[in-house]
Amino acid sequence: MATPGATTPSHEVRVTVACTEDVVQARQQGRNLAVSLGFSPSEATLMAAAISELARNIVRYADHGEISMHVSPDGMLFVVARDQGPGISDMQSALRSGYSTSGGLGLGLPGVRRIADHFEIVSNSSGTTVTLGKRRR
Amino acid sequence: MAWPSVPILKEGDVLIASIQSALTDLDLVGLRDALVTQVSTYRTRGVIVDVTALDVVDSFASRTLRDLAHMIRLRGARTVIVGIQPDVAFAMVQLGLTLEDIPTALDLEEGLAYLGAR
Repeated sequence: MATPGATTPSHEVRVTVACTEDVVQARQQGRNLAVSLGFSPSEATLMAAAISELARNIVRYADHGEISMHVSPDGMLFVVARDQGPGISDMQSALRSGYSTSGGLGLGLPGVRRIADHFEIVSNSSGTTVTLGKRRR
Repeated sequence: MAWPSVPILKEGDVLIASIQSALTDLDLVGLRDALVTQVSTYRTRGVIVDVTALDVVDSFASRTLRDLAHMIRLRGARTVIVGIQPDVAFAMVQLGLTLEDIPTALDLEEGLAYLGAR
């Protein structure tokens, strides 16, 4: 039987990311999830932007992968971006503002890390997993 | 190739691109290229990009908007970005994103006023 007020495990969303339309799809689902969890419109937009960065990196560097979102028992919204791409060879530079191997601004990952309450990145030659955790303010 | 996702209107000597919905990266690049081309086709002096309906501005979108404005400036016209929503502005600042020196205005009306258009 469900406990009243408990976080339901049904708050889990998975989006396959393989093209630019999927990037839009992933961030819209992330925004909807954040709103349903009581995040303010500003925070939900921020999450959507962060998810957009993570999803784009998958399409650009790994061709395809997956974004999954879930809520921890203590109410943190987790976004996990997973791919089986070539991995990030220079992690330090990738996390530094202004660096990008594809001529971009390079603010993707540093920006995501900056706004995160929890940030984790694991990358090797068999793929990359970025985990972003964000609490409601 | 057409860019049906963003209609571009000509109003006097100004081009107005009104983004209607969330855009993919390809849509944004298509918009940039279409505007840079049309500035010379229509011999316009100014370009307004209305981003009111844009759901998110991330690093790619902000870079593409900057590139668009810089390219149009090199073509001899000016660009104003109008309609950045409060939530989008909040997210951009939190993520450390900027439009650098690109002029912005509250809405279409203010954008037209900035360009001195009638």
